[in-house]
Amino acid sequence: MPDLKYTLSEPDEEEKRLVQALTQNAQVPIRGDRVAFGGVRRAKNLRNLLLPGLHALQNAKGWISPGGLNHLAETLRVPAAEAFGVASFYDLFTLEEPAYAGPLHHVCVDPSCGVAGAEARIKALQAQGKAVHEGPCLGQCDRAPAYFVQARSSEPVDMTALDNSKQAFDTSLSGKLLRRFGKVDPSDLRSYLDNGGYRAFETALSIGGAAVISRITEAGLTGRGGAAFPTGVKWNAVAAHEAYEKHIVVNADESEPGTFKDRMILEMDPFALIEAMTIAAVSTGSTKGWIYVRGEYATAERRLQSALNEVQRSGLLGHNIRGTDHSFDIQIRQGAGAYICGEETALFNSIEGFRGEPRSKPPFPTESGLFRSPTIVNNPETLINVLEILEAGVDEFRASGTNDSPGTKLFCVSGDIGTPGLYEAEFGTPLRRLLEAADIPAEEVYAVLLGGAAGRFLNSSAIDMPLSFEGAKAYNATLGSGAVMVFSNRVDLTKVVTRLGKFFKDESCGQCVPCRVGTQRQHEVLLQIGDSTPTRRQRDLLDDLSIVMGDASICGLGHTAASAVQSAIDQGLIWSET
Amino acid sequence: MTEQNISLTIDGQAVTVPKETTILEAARSVGIDIPTLCWAENLTPVNVCRLCVVEADNSKALVPACSRACDAGSNIETNNERVTKNRRMVLELLDSANDLSQSEELQDLMANYEADSSRYSDNLAAHDEPKVEDDLFIRAYDRCVLCYKCVQACGEEAQFTFAIAIANRGFDARVSTEHDIPLPESACVYCGNCIGVCPTNALQFKTEFDLRSAANWRPEDQEVTETICSYCGVGCTLELHTQDNEIVKVTSPADHSVTSGHLCVKGRFGWEYVQAPVYRPPSAIQTDAAVDD
Amino acid sequence: MFGAGGGTSSYCEVEETEFVLLWGSNARAAHPIYFHHVLKGIRSGASMFAVDPRYTDSAKFADAWLGLNVGTDIALANAIAREIIVSGLYDAEFISRSTSGFAEFAEHVDAYDLAYAERITGVDAGVIRETAHRYATAKTAQILWTLGITEHHNGVENVLSLCNLALLTGHVGRWGSGLVPLRGQNNVQGGGDMGALPNKLPGFQDVDDDRARAKFEALYQTTLNPEPGLHLTLMFEAMSRGELKALYVIGENPADSEADVLRARALLQDLDFLIVQDIFMTKTARYADVVLPASVGWVEADGTVTSSERRVQRVRAALVPPKGARADHEIIGDLAMRLGATWQAQTPEELWDELRSISPMHAGMSYARLEENNGLQWPCPDLDHPGTPFLHGWLWEEGLSGHDPAPFSLTTHEGPKETLSEEFPIRLTTGRVLDSYNTGVQSRAYKSPLRKGADLEISTVDALELGLQNGEEVLVLSPRGQVKMLVSIQKDQVKGLAFTTFHFPDLVDLNVLTNDEWDPLSGTAEFKAAAIRIEKLTGNDRA
Repeated sequence: MPDLKYTLSEPDEEEKRLVQALTQNAQVPIRGDRVAFGGVRRAKNLRNLLLPGLHALQNAKGWISPGGLNHLAETLRVPAAEAFGVASFYDLFTLEEPAYAGPLHHVCVDPSCGVAGAEARIKALQAQGKAVHEGPCLGQCDRAPAYFVQARSSEPVDMTALDNSKQAFDTSLSGKLLRRFGKVDPSDLRSYLDNGGYRAFETALSIGGAAVISRITEAGLTGRGGAAFPTGVKWNAVAAHEAYEKHIVVNADESEPGTFKDRMILEMDPFALIEAMTIAAVSTGSTKGWIYVRGEYATAERRLQSALNEVQRSGLLGHNIRGTDHSFDIQIRQGAGAYICGEETALFNSIEGFRGEPRSKPPFPTESGLFRSPTIVNNPETLINVLEILEAGVDEFRASGTNDSPGTKLFCVSGDIGTPGLYEAEFGTPLRRLLEAADIPAEEVYAVLLGGAAGRFLNSSAIDMPLSFEGAKAYNATLGSGAVMVFSNRVDLTKVVTRLGKFFKDESCGQCVPCRVGTQRQHEVLLQIGDSTPTRRQRDLLDDLSIVMGDASICGLGHTAASAVQSAIDQGLIWSET
Repeated sequence: MTEQNISLTIDGQAVTVPKETTILEAARSVGIDIPTLCWAENLTPVNVCRLCVVEADNSKALVPACSRACDAGSNIETNNERVTKNRRMVLELLDSANDLSQSEELQDLMANYEADSSRYSDNLAAHDEPKVEDDLFIRAYDRCVLCYKCVQACGEEAQFTFAIAIANRGFDARVSTEHDIPLPESACVYCGNCIGVCPTNALQFKTEFDLRSAANWRPEDQEVTETICSYCGVGCTLELHTQDNEIVKVTSPADHSVTSGHLCVKGRFGWEYVQAPVYRPPSAIQTDAAVDD
Repeated sequence: MFGAGGGTSSYCEVEETEFVLLWGSNARAAHPIYFHHVLKGIRSGASMFAVDPRYTDSAKFADAWLGLNVGTDIALANAIAREIIVSGLYDAEFISRSTSGFAEFAEHVDAYDLAYAERITGVDAGVIRETAHRYATAKTAQILWTLGITEHHNGVENVLSLCNLALLTGHVGRWGSGLVPLRGQNNVQGGGDMGALPNKLPGFQDVDDDRARAKFEALYQTTLNPEPGLHLTLMFEAMSRGELKALYVIGENPADSEADVLRARALLQDLDFLIVQDIFMTKTARYADVVLPASVGWVEADGTVTSSERRVQRVRAALVPPKGARADHEIIGDLAMRLGATWQAQTPEELWDELRSISPMHAGMSYARLEENNGLQWPCPDLDHPGTPFLHGWLWEEGLSGHDPAPFSLTTHEGPKETLSEEFPIRLTTGRVLDSYNTGVQSRAYKSPLRKGADLEISTVDALELGLQNGEEVLVLSPRGQVKMLVSIQKDQVKGLAFTTFHFPDLVDLNVLTNDEWDPLSGTAEFKAAAIRIEKLTGNDRA
């Protein structure tokens, strides 16, 4: 504990109550007349309540008052400057009393919503006198243009999710991972069990952790968050650790523009995620689970929380699950508007109550992750695949896909043509077939942004690219998170690219020089070329920025901050010099 | 204790170092220098400036030499074209965003790496006027390159006071107190350890600030003398920077076991009494001093 | 011999220790850079418990704080000792090889059970028990203390009580374990090392040791008095009896710093002859017949000082002193010449080499080596010796390298001399704050934004009972005098306890209140425990 000193701003009664509710089960420092139990250790145990506390204050008031922040920080023994540093890191937190009345409307202006009428939506909202914030992708590209409302006295609402009938998923190409979608009631554990739920868990218990991990390894399962790292290797590394505390973290901070698959898993199939996490825990001897859901996924978070409550009540989580000697429990943490928190080490910092700045790797999470303990970080889609492998068997799993990319993949299709939505397809399926399934006529395709903002643009010549890791690589592209944004020639792509430049500038955490200054300078050049014909000098500058961000940044955000821009130029989609 | 050694190649030279040695340490041990900005001997590397990046044959991106441990058998290039290009860009970006005029080291590096920041739009990260809030030191954030050193020194690398932290995000990120309140209202205890580690003079003794304002800051006329602090019995080494028979700045060597370069408010600023004439007038032997109470 | 001289451990050892018992020390404020080492230890996983009447800035870093009543340290230490013994957590092998008097000690502390200790100290018995167990079962543990232990009428007994705990558990004489008294003042360690103690010659050689004395007599061609001299407190006693008529004060300000300062000032006034050698015209200097202006040792002269880890370090002149001010060694040397001495050594280095020739523990510390090593820790008997990071390693050697076993000491709880009464119901204790120093003659010169003067810090409860507001001026009375002070209400303060600093004698003549009951062994006065009454000022009394 540092020399804690706070300004004289005091909390009001409501803020006091919220903070008290937050800490009622926590081991807070005790201060009696003649003894005190405090110190660094207790403060450490408390700090992870900072982010939930900030949410509580923000939701209650529509902003975080200096008195509220003081009180929260003092209760959690967080230095005032650090609490401010954390709060000011996130987009969804407001630290000054809003000048406008009523709620704040976050309207997505990223590519798919941008081409689907975001501007009109903004104008309409403004015409109604509403406060509007132009924000990054909300992960609802299937129902673009999406928006999200932060009220002044309640939980935020993702407006476009209110209409349930708009859940757009398609199993015409393949329906393995999506097979429970629409069939299982996400609010009813019974319904999940009746549809084969927890069969994989029973299998895992009966064959044991080592066998589970070897099946996953044999199945060739790789991470579906974008990096495609072999899942079995991660699990094995954590299982091998003798550490007292090990964590399973689900990275559901899905913020890659154009990506919404994980949101749909959380909304439509939350029990499957919980089951798969539990399998990971019992197979690796981990006792603590965390699901980090992005702050804008209000509906998903609510459904997940209610599912989690049900599972906890049923005894499928907690101490000695089903009479075994396995103990495991899960907590949900909400992000607060920061793309960077999808980077696994930034996510750890965020959960722990620090700024969501990536750590340097090595050490890797399997060695030193959440709270510096061995940690598995998996994407929700990756985990759903585990159920598939254990239920259907390795051979059946490998029967889909290609040899180097076994299984199926969820693709998030959006853009200005066809039917946006979530499509499952075997790895290796040609891009053309996916587009057909989404009613996108091949001849109308001008550009495809594959893999989101961090991905690369392809032009129409890539229409027959096989959708596999190796297939994308041959086109110098990456499947990334499975975002497939398709644009016709009616779209002003320079504008789209400039918006991506702004996205990276806004989302850079600011830690390393190449990304902090580089994303800013890149955006400045893109704005200039939008206004006048680009020059050689500008191109050179963009290329140099691309080199330094790609080579010298700390994390993947910086490494990929220029890839969409560069690929759009390389593919001849934008830019014509004088 | 068995110390495991590993071998690797740096710029064609075979190097053998204990495991866990960083690339920077290994390179310096064989006389290869790598420029650094956010690295300091008395702080844990945060590798944010990226000036020390080098090429490692087992990594796709360049790696920060200051924090990356040597891998056995790896081949490191510290000064090839790719590395040089990246360093030049880092320097250009820094210079495009900050006033680096008071950092001799960075000026030299920019000249060496031929960094040209004139091709960027004139958009500094901070246009703030220097914050002059007390008589001990000032903060001029237009010179701040966000190397995190002050935050580290204020926090758990030394002082554990946490009066400052990084606030905001991206290009707007700043070193700040809570709500940017003035330092005297914050948790600051004026140890000045932030000044001690600041590489760009963004944090500066008020004495230096005043002398610079009066165009009377003359490093060439200054001397540095090591001595021991006169206050408590801990025995902190002070480096007294003097000009015209006056102390103008106090630092402590980072490699000393007692201080690790860090001081407290008394050691850093409490020297005024030795030179303020009001306290110590030129004196002669006095006799029959009147006792007035 | 065990129990004299200096701290046993190097600062950096606390970075690697497992358990830290911080006792009567607000090192965070008083020894900030030492506390950095403690914080490194905590950061690496060490656990710290803090014993202090106040919930200090240091205690806030502790896993547990034990807020004992002022002056009940012996009761607490003995209870911890008893708990370690009855729980079988003592190091029997260490005790039998390296100590003496264990059986008597065990019998003596048996009266100090947890319930008794809770009653006396006010600290929950369970926490005392936990402290005992944590300290005893840690692989390495250090006890750190400062003036909260020593500035009592029985300060030496307090120290010995802590030493007992180390002997009981073997937490001394090993890397990472030890007993660390933090020296409050620059070179107070060096002053002792150089023989500025009534019973010692330089290098802790006893004045009544004929062989040691002979060395000095030969060097200085004189005869030395084998009787120990007087320490400061005894000097004032001698002054009050009219036995001491002339005083030569060097760099000390007793007219502000003595407890019961009104009495001290009267005695200074009555001296036949007073010489004051100082860098300032202090209040004491104003009583002087002759004032000898000195240069500032650490910045205007060359020489050495010694720190709390027994590290001898070089100081160097960086500034030219004001006209007329001279280095202390020059003034003393000239005075000696005028008195007929024929001292050879002139420069600081020559003086130092002379010292090395007659103080074995300094023999290996040439200026060149001090320079090269950033100082050396004594003992350092020859030029090849690396210095001594921790003391008393012999406790762990078979045969103890010829030393006598370290004795347990029997100490008895007495409590402060001045008990609380209806008339004086509040306990006043004093201490340092971060940005100031002693009587303030040095620290008041710089413009610290942290400075807030000498407030009387009292608890919220007491403020409420007395009807006081924050910042209100009150009258503070002790059996010896009264002063006006501003009240500062502290939510962390224990009820019945008042605290203030002694840095601002010009603002508040605090030592008018403090008790000059002193420890017969060390001569240190009981600054830490006076009884006071706080009175609300009526309109007419306000200044």
